[in-house]
Amino acid sequence: MTIVLAIAIGAVAGVLAGLFGVGGGILFVPALLMLGLDQHQAEATSLLAIVPVVLVGSWRQSRYGNIRWAAVWKLGLGSLCGVVVGGLLAERLAPGSLQRLFGVLMIAIALELGWRALRGDRASEPRPG
Amino acid sequence: MAVVFIGLFAGFYGALFGVGGGTIIVPALIWLGQRPRVAAATSLAAIGITAVAGAVFYAWYGEVRVLYALLVGIPAAAGALLGTAFQQRLHNRVLTGLFAVLLATIGLKLVIG
Repeated sequence: MTIVLAIAIGAVAGVLAGLFGVGGGILFVPALLMLGLDQHQAEATSLLAIVPVVLVGSWRQSRYGNIRWAAVWKLGLGSLCGVVVGGLLAERLAPGSLQRLFGVLMIAIALELGWRALRGDRASEPRPG
Repeated sequence: MAVVFIGLFAGFYGALFGVGGGTIIVPALIWLGQRPRVAAATSLAAIGITAVAGAVFYAWYGEVRVLYALLVGIPAAAGALLGTAFQQRLHNRVLTGLFAVLLATIGLKLVIG
């Protein structure tokens, strides 16, 4: 039953992410919490779950020639250092505190989306993550 | 050099919250003068690096649940294709507003605990 639920939640999160131009991660984390993982496990698992989404998306975008690979490698280089610092900080926080912080982030993204809706912007490109 | 710093911040944010960091990278690249479509596509590929690096980092602490990641991630990849296709036809402000309310509700629930 949990397996069916996980598949269903994943599919719904993917559709919503593509539809509203937000990342998969912002939906994966609460979905994984619902499935019984703690905040650290949910975040770790969300990052791995982002990989197939990004692979599919990048494959499609590279065919259109939209990816600037020089910038990708630079971003990636910076990201490797950032990941270690962010990960170490997350590991130092108690799951409860990290969860509240994540909740604040969700509210911030909700406000940004609400602002977009009020201004009447089209939802922008999907941003897994 | 500015791009490396954007990556640094996006990686920090991405690993701290278990998200990819597109929310950071896309507006930053647009601010640097990239076209939105190029910014989104480039961000997508860069997120792949953050996600793999983050997953490896957390695997070291034994936090990654591989089965759950596959169960959620693979249907999500299919779902994202579907969602992106619908997005071309559907620019509904009410729908976006409702989605914002849904996110805010989950967010509040997580904050209150």
